[in-house]
Amino acid sequence: MQTIAELTAESHDFAGLDARYLELISGCGSTAHFRAGERLFRTGDAAERFYLVRHGRVALELYAASHQPLTIQTLQDGEIAGFSWLFEPYQWMFDARAVADTSAIAFDAVCLRGKCDADHELGYQLMRRFAGIALGRLQATRLQLLDVYGRAG
Amino acid sequence: MAAPADFVPAPFRVVDRRQDTADTWTLELEPRIAFEPGQFTMLSAGGAGEVPISISGDTTGDRLVHTVRAVGLATSAICATEPGRMLSVRGPFGIPWPTDAIEGADVVIVAGGIGLAPLRPAILHVVANAERYGRSLVLYGARSPEQLLYPEQLAEWGAEVIVDTADADWTGRVGVVTKLIDQATFDADNAVAMLCGPEIMMRFAVPALAARGVSPERTYVSLERNMQCGIGQCGHCQLGPTLICRDGPVYRYSDVERWLGVAEL
Amino acid sequence: MAVTLERPGVDALLAALADRGYTVVGPTVAQGAIVYDELRTTDDLPVGWTDEQDGGHYRLLKRDDDALFGYAVGPQSWKKFQLPAEVRLWRAKLGEDGALTELEQPAPGPRYAFVGVRSCELHAMAILDRVRPGDRPFVVAVNCGQAGGTCFCVSMGTGPTADSGYDLALTEVLDDGHYFVVDAGSEEGAAVLAKLSPGPAGPEEEAAASRAHARAAEQMGREMDTTGIHELLLANLEHPRWDDVADRCLTCGNCTMVCPTCFCTTVEDVTDLAGETVERTQSWDSCFTIDYSHMHGGSVRNSAKSRYRQWMTHKLATWFDQFGSSGCVGCGRCITWCPVGIDITEEVAAIRADDR
Repeated sequence: MQTIAELTAESHDFAGLDARYLELISGCGSTAHFRAGERLFRTGDAAERFYLVRHGRVALELYAASHQPLTIQTLQDGEIAGFSWLFEPYQWMFDARAVADTSAIAFDAVCLRGKCDADHELGYQLMRRFAGIALGRLQATRLQLLDVYGRAG
Repeated sequence: MAAPADFVPAPFRVVDRRQDTADTWTLELEPRIAFEPGQFTMLSAGGAGEVPISISGDTTGDRLVHTVRAVGLATSAICATEPGRMLSVRGPFGIPWPTDAIEGADVVIVAGGIGLAPLRPAILHVVANAERYGRSLVLYGARSPEQLLYPEQLAEWGAEVIVDTADADWTGRVGVVTKLIDQATFDADNAVAMLCGPEIMMRFAVPALAARGVSPERTYVSLERNMQCGIGQCGHCQLGPTLICRDGPVYRYSDVERWLGVAEL
Repeated sequence: MAVTLERPGVDALLAALADRGYTVVGPTVAQGAIVYDELRTTDDLPVGWTDEQDGGHYRLLKRDDDALFGYAVGPQSWKKFQLPAEVRLWRAKLGEDGALTELEQPAPGPRYAFVGVRSCELHAMAILDRVRPGDRPFVVAVNCGQAGGTCFCVSMGTGPTADSGYDLALTEVLDDGHYFVVDAGSEEGAAVLAKLSPGPAGPEEEAAASRAHARAAEQMGREMDTTGIHELLLANLEHPRWDDVADRCLTCGNCTMVCPTCFCTTVEDVTDLAGETVERTQSWDSCFTIDYSHMHGGSVRNSAKSRYRQWMTHKLATWFDQFGSSGCVGCGRCITWCPVGIDITEEVAAIRADDR
């Protein structure tokens, strides 16, 4: 059985993180499992945690009144789901649903925000990594927005 | 004067017609012709105009296969051609995928949208001659699940598929095709990539491949421009120093990188 | 060995070519310009006319002599015959099942004799032949005794004196009587010439011809430094000069129409109203049109800047990559016939002066 710290270290997004910070972060983490179809979080709910997806697949979805829910991104294999825990008002902007049986590590937001406030170096290391992930998501979203396979492709 | 014979097409009969997506059809024609993966023909239906269409079938098959997207008059007329009717064909033209030159390597195929069609003959060749190659991967991005081409073959090939957007009943991946490149498993030191899709997609896929250790020198792309003759005479398909119908459509990316980087060239 | 002819000898030459079955074409005055059309006798030539050319300027002026070839070049080039503006490639019946039947291609065109071909034009014909190999006409070249206002063949290494590619070459001498020093450049040329009973060309005649050649070379209206021009232009594709020329360029495409090496065509299929006949035609096209680079979704070259850049960099730089030589022969037509007088030699000089 691997520890939370070992599992976390496997993630590409946390690569290179000092062992000390890995321990600190893992202290806020716990394993989580979701059956296919189960919801991880819902739009508008308090963003009390974020997830590191280990196995399986999570879909980020948007609902609009007259629309079928739209999947805007899926995450798997060590990817992070959830940024809204970092910034006020700490509320989810999307729904997240497991589309396959999924195992993840859930990191408690209050716990982590507290540790970041106490140790700014930890805060900086986390912020840097999340900024990098966000940049990648932004670029991907822009590409998706361009609808390159559509008529104008 | 141009030999007018270069512009005289040959007649081919449509023997099968399948609708792939809302605006794409695959037509199978007889007789077969000898061609190499990545080549195209100049195709026309009646007098509705000639367009360059990549051959999308098996080089060893007994039919000439094209997958066509209806985007204008000429392509709509082709797509509407029922079995039993005739199409006019000139070709094949163009520089093919380097399937022979890359024997022994891991083959990473990255396709976007209708770009899977020009790659299909190369995929079929690599699959049929698997012992001559290392690993082969097909990474395929499309707009939505309804826009995926050749879904049964995708499964046969073990393709990794990702779409830009989907409904909740899709349990596959949603995102951009570069993500598939980031996470694919292959031996970077001995891999060659072949890309085809919208130019923007290819321009983002190349750095993603480079980040995984597959340089532009080992990345091949299929380019597209306005083509009217297919034989290097009308001038329309120029991209800087190259004529895409004659020197392409398949290029080593490092050879065209400079030109693709200039807006409106 | 050079020989001489006088004007009646040139008439005899035109007749001899017609007798050999050639359609004889050459310069003639029409609608205020010197154009190329069928010739019967030397009366059809622009006798006693010259042209005054500058950026966006062309006028015919009367000479004070009866020179047959006393001008530079007009708005037309020999591509009018080598690569006609509209060619029917084939016509066919369209059957019920979509099959093309009874497909007929046009009969081969006439065998031409081109009379009055300038050295720059010889080079242009050779360049076009590399793009579209075709039948070789009988060529009567005429060496320039004076340059035009926008000429820069010396810079491009294409003249003013023809050195090959002709069956006969004439140099018109006007400062010592009126005669032509004639050189045969092929067996057929020599055979035709022999039958015209030419006179001898002694040292004085040869010297007069040389003086004419030298005079033309000294009078170039423009010049272009072509040193490293391929890399110069391709390294400056985002130079602000392109925006500058784009402000002036109307994208009218005149330059592509008059340029003797521009070869771009459009290929179209046309059916009749009943949908029973299909014709495929090939017509002159211009990279300056907005549709030229059109693909589903839009055109690649939308801005005037990108289209002017395409034309100039193709002509002077990427032509080398595609066909192994420059596409420009220094005839100056593009300068003369540009309505706003854009000067390709000036554009190159501007980029060279500010090479980034």
